[in-house]
Amino acid sequence: MAECHPVGFQWVMEAKLRGATVIHVDPRFSRTSAVADVFVPIRAGSDIAFLGAVVNHILENGREFREYVVAYTNASAILSEDFRDTEDLDGLFSGWDPATRTYDSSSWQYTGGTDPTLEHPRCVFQVLRRHFARYTPELVEEVCGVTRDRFLEVAEALCRNSGPERTSALCYAVGWTQHTVGVQYIRTAAIIQLLLGNIGRPGGGILALRGHASIQGSTDIPTLYDLLPGYLPMPHAGVHPDRSSYVAARRRTVGGWARVDAYLVSLLKAWWGDHATADNDFCFDHLPRITGDHSAYQTMLGMLDGTVKGYFLFGQNPAVGSSNSRLHRLALAKLDWLVVRDLVETESAGFWLDGPEIETGELNTADIRTEVFLLPAAAHTEKDGTFTNTQRLLQWHHKAVEPAGDCRSDLWFTYHLGRIIRSKRAGSHDPRDRPLLELTWDYPTEGGHDEPSAAAVLGEVNGFGADGSPLSVSTDLSADGSTSCGCWIYCGCFAGGVNQTARRRPGSEQDWVAAERGWAWPANRRLLYNRASADPAGRPWSERKKYMWWDDEAGRWTGPDVADFPAAKRPDYRPPEGGAESEDVLAGTDPFVMQADGRGWLFAPTGVVDGPLPTHYEPHESPVANPLYAQQSNPVRNTVARRGNRYNPTAGRPGADVFPYVVTTYRLTEHHTAGGMSRFLAYLAELQPAPICEVGPELAAERGLVHGDWATVVTARSAIEARILVTDRLPALQVGGRRIHQVGLPYHWGTKGLVTGDSANDLLGLALDPNVAIQESKAGTCDIRPGRRPRGPALPVLVADYRRRAGLEADE
Amino acid sequence: MTEASSTRVGFFTDTSICIGCKACEVACKEWNGVPSALQADGGFEFLGQSYDNTGELGADSWRHVAFIEQKGPAERADGDGGFRWLMSSDVCKHCTSAACLDVCPTGSLVRTEFGTVVVQEDICNGCGYCIPACPFGVIDQRRGDGRAWKCTMCYDRLRGGLEPACATACPTKSIQFGPLDELRTRAASRVDTLRAAGVVDARLYGADPDDGVDGMSAFFLLLDDPEVYGLPPDPVVTTRDLPSMWRSAAAAAGALAVGVAAAFVGRGRR
Repeated sequence: MAECHPVGFQWVMEAKLRGATVIHVDPRFSRTSAVADVFVPIRAGSDIAFLGAVVNHILENGREFREYVVAYTNASAILSEDFRDTEDLDGLFSGWDPATRTYDSSSWQYTGGTDPTLEHPRCVFQVLRRHFARYTPELVEEVCGVTRDRFLEVAEALCRNSGPERTSALCYAVGWTQHTVGVQYIRTAAIIQLLLGNIGRPGGGILALRGHASIQGSTDIPTLYDLLPGYLPMPHAGVHPDRSSYVAARRRTVGGWARVDAYLVSLLKAWWGDHATADNDFCFDHLPRITGDHSAYQTMLGMLDGTVKGYFLFGQNPAVGSSNSRLHRLALAKLDWLVVRDLVETESAGFWLDGPEIETGELNTADIRTEVFLLPAAAHTEKDGTFTNTQRLLQWHHKAVEPAGDCRSDLWFTYHLGRIIRSKRAGSHDPRDRPLLELTWDYPTEGGHDEPSAAAVLGEVNGFGADGSPLSVSTDLSADGSTSCGCWIYCGCFAGGVNQTARRRPGSEQDWVAAERGWAWPANRRLLYNRASADPAGRPWSERKKYMWWDDEAGRWTGPDVADFPAAKRPDYRPPEGGAESEDVLAGTDPFVMQADGRGWLFAPTGVVDGPLPTHYEPHESPVANPLYAQQSNPVRNTVARRGNRYNPTAGRPGADVFPYVVTTYRLTEHHTAGGMSRFLAYLAELQPAPICEVGPELAAERGLVHGDWATVVTARSAIEARILVTDRLPALQVGGRRIHQVGLPYHWGTKGLVTGDSANDLLGLALDPNVAIQESKAGTCDIRPGRRPRGPALPVLVADYRRRAGLEADE
Repeated sequence: MTEASSTRVGFFTDTSICIGCKACEVACKEWNGVPSALQADGGFEFLGQSYDNTGELGADSWRHVAFIEQKGPAERADGDGGFRWLMSSDVCKHCTSAACLDVCPTGSLVRTEFGTVVVQEDICNGCGYCIPACPFGVIDQRRGDGRAWKCTMCYDRLRGGLEPACATACPTKSIQFGPLDELRTRAASRVDTLRAAGVVDARLYGADPDDGVDGMSAFFLLLDDPEVYGLPPDPVVTTRDLPSMWRSAAAAAGALAVGVAAAFVGRGRR
């Protein structure tokens, strides 16, 4: 966190000055480790074994926050008799279909019964206990390379610092997500926090530190292919022929999702205005449909296969920043046209001129047909807009200076592109042009460059009522077409016609929750599920951790935040038998209001495609055999079998010893992701002028690597060179009776900019988490050897030789 | 430097909370327009001194973050054999008794109303006397320019009521700016807190007005000996002995003059 989020890390340092214990678990000793109280070096890709052992430690020693667990989680729910655990099926859950490599989750469901004593053998609590029973400190030692004493120190510190009087927070950066079991990493963290009572309470939670500014915002109002604004799923061709089928599939009878029709209709009204009427299903058919996986990696493969002809890149540099970046460059060369909007000429814009494949002879500039449009973009200081941070806090930024020259904001580009396309199709009676021509596309513009008003866009996102006045809260949204709202969770950010996100009242002038600085979705709520900060009777768990509580006299929930609960729902409210709707189905003791059962899910009966409980699987490429199950890796993981994406043989397979070391990639403070914002600036570039690989002294001795010299790192995909840092910060680990060496590779460099070098992402293959299609870039295998890599055509020859030695030539 | 001591300001750099982000280095260069270390061939030098590629303070680096990888005291509970990674942002000390200022023949180096020592770039003639005079190796001649450059403690910002760029940019408040008296009090208390928490090697460097440079405007909280961070353990103003040297020189010159005069007088007599 200090390494990649140094500004946010000031709050960790402040907490530390106030007595907090900071524990850092990471394969490398980073800037965070340097100031942590406890550093735990871990083998990359083994986190579920570690976290699962924490779960086991809590359960076996009775350290769970019992009253919280019984009242607020699904621990007491009794599961179907048909459910079989990975412990029963050697690494698979019931419902596995080997033909399709998918799970049918019907055996994972509740029976409807509960056991508040948590003793029923099929209640979630007991299932959880059995599932993690083998995740012992000894297993942590064997799998993670963490000594049992060190593990117990961490587990105990967490338990000691949780309960009515105290809370602990788990913070992760996107490294936790970049695994074939990435979603299950976070699930394990959620189980720990629910067992310890650390969700919905001040100082608790799981904090996702995103990779860039406003990545939270880019999922809220998404750049993701499968979502509409506010986490409404994108309609699927065939599955959602009309609005009623869409709503029926998404609607839950319980909780906030009961109003999905209101969210959807208000969104359609925001986009198509008066054209959206009850008679035409509010223009539901104007929405594009998805037909399958259209994620970034799948789109890249579509380019290679010739099914994707054109591509827009907004501030993204896949030629350096995406896994198997070599394959991305080859894909860009197959396009008809490519639009790159960026601050500088990135490798993705210039792959055709001086990319690595030009040097190796795999591509020839004269033969590349891709027409590249490089359009200079305005920086955040040159435009108005919001950032949404990990706390869901929207913060407005004002334009400080006009963008130079031809630089324009993405908003300017998108608005005027739409305007021009609409004008070209004006008067068309072709039905396919209706969604375009009927769009509300009338934003006011400002200044000499006709910059669309970002505030007007935010106003549309906030939404308007039947009388045209700005809405204040999403519960006012209606499915009858009388309201419009561009993103239901952002409803209220322009309440009263005031840009609430631009509020900058200093923290020193308000209480510690600081509700008048910026605006947090939903409804300016700073802490989600905060009903859980009070006990079932509505009283604070403790004076020290008092947050929201039931004021019986006033007949409402009160405290420094906005209650994440119907404000007047009594703690002793019980839903009537049948007949209730939406929030009224949930009891006054059910804090998790977006869940159908109002409970935090220790066990996830739905929503996770690779199992209802996290299970330790080895990374797709690993030097270690899974000691727990015959199932080596996540059975549902997505793999891509094609030339250019061969996988290193994993443990136990012939050729695995050709790639004996663990490789993990990461960022350095001095650079920003794929380097577009740092390698081109002298003051940043000079601070880390060369690609580096970090190795421990033992590995350096084993392979003859000399500090400051060059090394070549090789996988089945490619080979890159980097300067060697021999350092105790990447210690060898004792894992299952052998020494495991890890190679650390920052991934910032490319062929352009003031400092250049090979891209670590050239080494990585595409093996993806099945839930979210995120690549496993944090754990793989490699070889490392002293000296620079071969130049030109000799480079692919070297890599092919490695593939031959690893027995992969049959795949060529 | 006594007349302006009531307004003397400085830096307290608390290395125990430095995260090595180098925001100080970048903010300093941005604000002061300090050139980057671009080499003649258009590249930058890879030093590989842990994460440090700046190397040292100089004409083109007025803040420098040192990274020290250390097999430190084994009692530290970080569980990997006592390994630790020390980080410290170094800067001009703005000494109470500043040799660079003493030796400057042009009056380019001056003591400001804030108690800091500043080179006036329009007066410096590049004679370079100040460079060997500095006991810390801070001040430096710029290649292709010849003049001497170093930290000004952002004199222009101070005049405008702002804090220096580095302290403003520091996310963890490792670099604290303020009246020197307040900083010294705060630093003493911070050392006490750390020692009480078991960090027995915590100590202040440059906070003592009775040290060899009569105290520094920029002082440090260190977690190990100064040498570990590349700081001289007992810096002494290099002009300390100059008065007595001049006295000796003057006496010698006087004796010589008397001898020469006597010779002439003697000749005259003849």
